[in-house]
Amino acid sequence: MAWLGLGPFAIFSLLFLVIPTIYLIIGSLQDRSGNFTLENYAGLSDPGIVDAYGNSIEISLVTAIGGGIFGFLLAYAVIAGGLPSFLRSALMTFSGVASNFAGIPLALAFTFTIGRLGLVTVFLRAIGIDIYDTGFSLYSKIGIELVYLYFQFPLMVLVIAPAIDGLKKEWREASEVLGASPAQYWRRVALPILTPSLLGTVILLFGNSFGAQATAYQLTSGLIRIVTIVISSQMRGDVLFNPNLGYALAMGMVVIMSISITGYSLLQRRSERWLR
Amino acid sequence: MSVGPGGPPIPATMYVTQALGTPSRRRRRGLGSVLWWVVFIIGVLYFFVPLVATLLFSLKPAAFGDAYVSTVHDTELFGALLYSFVIAIVTVIGSTLLIVPTAYWVRLKVPRARPFVEFVTLLPFVVPPVILVFGLLNTYSHPPLFLTETNLGNDVLMVCAYIVLSFPYMYRAVDTGLRAIDIRSLTEAAQSLGAGWFKILWSVILPNLRVSILAGAFLTVAIVVGEFTIAIFLGRKTFAPFLSILGDHDPYEQAAVTLVSFGITWLAMGLIGLVGRGSRARIQVAGAH
Repeated sequence: MAWLGLGPFAIFSLLFLVIPTIYLIIGSLQDRSGNFTLENYAGLSDPGIVDAYGNSIEISLVTAIGGGIFGFLLAYAVIAGGLPSFLRSALMTFSGVASNFAGIPLALAFTFTIGRLGLVTVFLRAIGIDIYDTGFSLYSKIGIELVYLYFQFPLMVLVIAPAIDGLKKEWREASEVLGASPAQYWRRVALPILTPSLLGTVILLFGNSFGAQATAYQLTSGLIRIVTIVISSQMRGDVLFNPNLGYALAMGMVVIMSISITGYSLLQRRSERWLR
Repeated sequence: MSVGPGGPPIPATMYVTQALGTPSRRRRRGLGSVLWWVVFIIGVLYFFVPLVATLLFSLKPAAFGDAYVSTVHDTELFGALLYSFVIAIVTVIGSTLLIVPTAYWVRLKVPRARPFVEFVTLLPFVVPPVILVFGLLNTYSHPPLFLTETNLGNDVLMVCAYIVLSFPYMYRAVDTGLRAIDIRSLTEAAQSLGAGWFKILWSVILPNLRVSILAGAFLTVAIVVGEFTIAIFLGRKTFAPFLSILGDHDPYEQAAVTLVSFGITWLAMGLIGLVGRGSRARIQVAGAH
């Protein structure tokens, strides 16, 4: 009987989360006349779709690893690098804001900065460097990666800081007393302890970037081939000429997001052993 | 960052516990410290250059500050912003009404349901906004529940989608808040004084969760006001879709409004830090990009 108390939550979740998702799952397993088929999943091997997944994965990998490395260094700098301690709370505040500052305004801020008429672009052109001549474009993959990094590395800072805090002073002292060099301390003590957190957070950043839509949409006017944008175009006007293929495309994304969140959760649980 | 014994870890996108301002414990001076300064300064530049460029861009028009004068006189902007805030507040109220009793009930009566509730509140990370709105459009564009035909129907769909997006943040915030208070004793005390369930939730539990709910609420407001994907596909003229096309007729004003939007994010995060003071301050991180 006590389970009845969960009724409102369960019904709401069913109506606005579970049923819409199941609708897509069922659609992805049907042909146009409603018969069961796996054709749609076979259809994901279409070069255009493979290309979209490839781009999404590439952008997510680059920004997850790049943002992960830089975010870790930044967090380490303020926590253990000997910088004044007030910089730590300043960085945490900035990171909280930056990791939430995304979508349309973020894309616009970068357009005003290094878009074709952005201030930095214009400034560099004035001193003789035309970055758009070197093959750079804000409206391409590299541009999107640059913009995504703006919310990726602050997220890394926020998530990894507790793990760096968890590195106990005694472990370093113990290894020094036993005659370990700093390199040995890192290789044998610190990195093995940090690895689950580092890996888990990078996977989290991967999912964070993979699911992003608005930022890339604003930057490229919806023209770049990444999974979220192809799904948007499909919603607007069946660009794949097969609604059911669109559902399969969406499901592929759900699978990748599930793997990413599960991987993060498992690794985070493992890293907690050391973070009591 | 664990929810409780045996519970799954909290994805940090929703809830990152930070002991703010802990003094750095290992202080070393010398060359190493110079390198760390370099890292820090690169981070600061990455953070501020786009903001400064946007500010300078917005100040470009011949009449200094003109872009800001036009934002003040832009009734369409105020309409969009007001619309977004109203939607955000309705979302927060709906989410609170749904999550607080549920989290309370799980802790008090059906702890066995915890994995199920946690799983559902995690789903919005697996089903990103673009997929959620895809599913909603398909489900509600025909009977029995035909919602996409009317403005009110689309508003309802949008609010419900945003309530779903707020699940991870609200549930985590409320559940952590509940852990800190002895709900069993409070409930029994209230019951022995003759209070019913509604009275207990409203006058005993809710006031004790003020800080948690506010933290979840500010984050939800920040997400909803900046949300683009769901709004645009439901044909809603909220703040983000408005900002997206504002540049077509006035790029300077667009730059000014971009900064306003940044200010809103900053304000929301600042308020979370403010209400969280005294307890362990928490910084929450969203994922609606």
